Amino acid sequence: MGSLLLFLSGGLFLGWSLGANDAANVFGTAVATRMVRFTLAAAISSIAVIAGAVYAGAGAAGTLGRLGAITALPGAFTVTLAAALSVFFMTRASLPVSTSQAVVGGILGWNIYAGHAVDYTVLIDILTSWVLSPIIAAVIGFILFYFIRFLIKHLSIHIMRRDLYTRIALIISGAFGAYSLGANNIGNVMGVFVPISPFPDITVLAGLEFSGAQMLFLLGGMAISAGIFTYSKRVMETVGSDIFKLSPITAFIVVLSSGIVLFLFASEGLHDWLVQSGLPALPLVPISSSQAVVGSVVGIGFARGMQNIRYKLLAKIGAGWATTPLVAGALCFLLLFFMENLFPPECAAKQSAGTREVNLPSPPLVLKIFKQLNSL
Amino acid sequence: MGKLFKQTAYLIADIDNFLDNISKAGLLFGLALREYLEGEEKKFHARIDEIAELESDSDVLRREIRHKLYSKMLIPESRGDVLNVLENIDNVIDTTKKVVFQIDIERPSISEDLKKDFQELVMTSQNALDFTVKAARAFFRDSEIINDYVHKVYFYEHEADKIEELIKRKVFSSEELPTLAERMHIRDFATYVASLSDESQAVCERISVAAVKRSL
Repeated sequence: MGSLLLFLSGGLFLGWSLGANDAANVFGTAVATRMVRFTLAAAISSIAVIAGAVYAGAGAAGTLGRLGAITALPGAFTVTLAAALSVFFMTRASLPVSTSQAVVGGILGWNIYAGHAVDYTVLIDILTSWVLSPIIAAVIGFILFYFIRFLIKHLSIHIMRRDLYTRIALIISGAFGAYSLGANNIGNVMGVFVPISPFPDITVLAGLEFSGAQMLFLLGGMAISAGIFTYSKRVMETVGSDIFKLSPITAFIVVLSSGIVLFLFASEGLHDWLVQSGLPALPLVPISSSQAVVGSVVGIGFARGMQNIRYKLLAKIGAGWATTPLVAGALCFLLLFFMENLFPPECAAKQSAGTREVNLPSPPLVLKIFKQLNSL
Repeated sequence: MGKLFKQTAYLIADIDNFLDNISKAGLLFGLALREYLEGEEKKFHARIDEIAELESDSDVLRREIRHKLYSKMLIPESRGDVLNVLENIDNVIDTTKKVVFQIDIERPSISEDLKKDFQELVMTSQNALDFTVKAARAFFRDSEIINDYVHKVYFYEHEADKIEELIKRKVFSSEELPTLAERMHIRDFATYVASLSDESQAVCERISVAAVKRSL
């Protein structure tokens, strides 16, 4: 059990950081402008994130599984550790970073190290989603902005009542945004562990089936929840007051449009319905919630007549899209090399017909290593 | 949630009552000054009492609104602007009270040839106040039409300035007012009455800024 938790810790750490950072995109402005209390925001987003992860997390997580079949827990641990470290260091260096892109970079690093062929169809789906998601968010943000402005102009609602409706809208859209975040981004946290899930399928009360993957997602959702409660308040206040100066109504538009985008790239039901109806469907891919937020802010900026759009900042964010997977991929490659070669003979790599079987330290050995490191 | 809907409804009622008071005070101000100019002392004193009562009610309402806004955490992001607008409007009702009290204490004697000008000045200032209340109501309900009222307030304020200046010129060139003290007394009276339109204009400037800050 200890070794299992140790291997899952990479994903749990990613989950915690996702909760601390990305949940702030959902309720940041609402909390910073005192429209919604932090405890209420944290409680709603925790419940919604877990619900989204457990109920609808399989779609986007499955795509990551197809990108790189990681066949051992230590490998999945290394990939998530590389992604988490990339996010950590790039954040420390004030560089825009996305967890989704770091995880994909890590998986590609694994593929290269293990000599696995990359599924280019999946990779192209993922890359297209990264480009499409902020664009779709911008379009939705643009349309919603005009729609809400039209409503405000024609309904003549009293300021006080409008404030009340905005508060309710922020809570509902925040819950939806958190649900979509859980559904879409749980793949980043636990996706690489799904093919090697250590949990058996179980049936709980009233014949409700609970798969091993769903148990992983529940664990990941709880890690995200912990991130929300322990660290997101500070981030929410930064997001709400320093980076984007949004009013509560524009914040609602941003949260709703980014939530819709996350949902579009996560909902298996919608995907299947579109496919059955012969309509083009979006791939189910974990996307960056921050980039969806940036996209909708830009959409609002366009609707306002391109006021206050900082193109330099956009270019910096765009550069982050390219550098994050590269950094995570390289780091994953290095970590795998380190793990495999530093602890022979248990970790010796076997070479066979182009594809290598990567023998990473077994659970007891990893525990031994950690114990030795602790005793230093 | 139901509690929040109720609190919001009470607050809207308070704001509406507050603005009604300001509007009533403007009407009473006009009547009071016209009655003073026509020498109807009894009616004038009854108006002063009504204005004083309205001013006191408005102070209570304003304090209540401020308390509710802060204690119930309503409109946190533009609470300051809303209170600023309400407090500035409250200055208008304070001015109406101050002017009628000042007149009651000082009893300026207005000559026949100045009465018409003063009546016009009173009417213009009253119009400025009336459109200020409309602008304030629009700020709370329909910010798109604020400018329709604000530009009228600016117009009446400008007109009031012109009438005030005309009165002052007439006063200082009049043979009927031989002493400087008398002339300065009537001049101050004109300044007091015109100050109502100046206050109205100041409120409208606050309303315009607050509306821009709240626009999407």
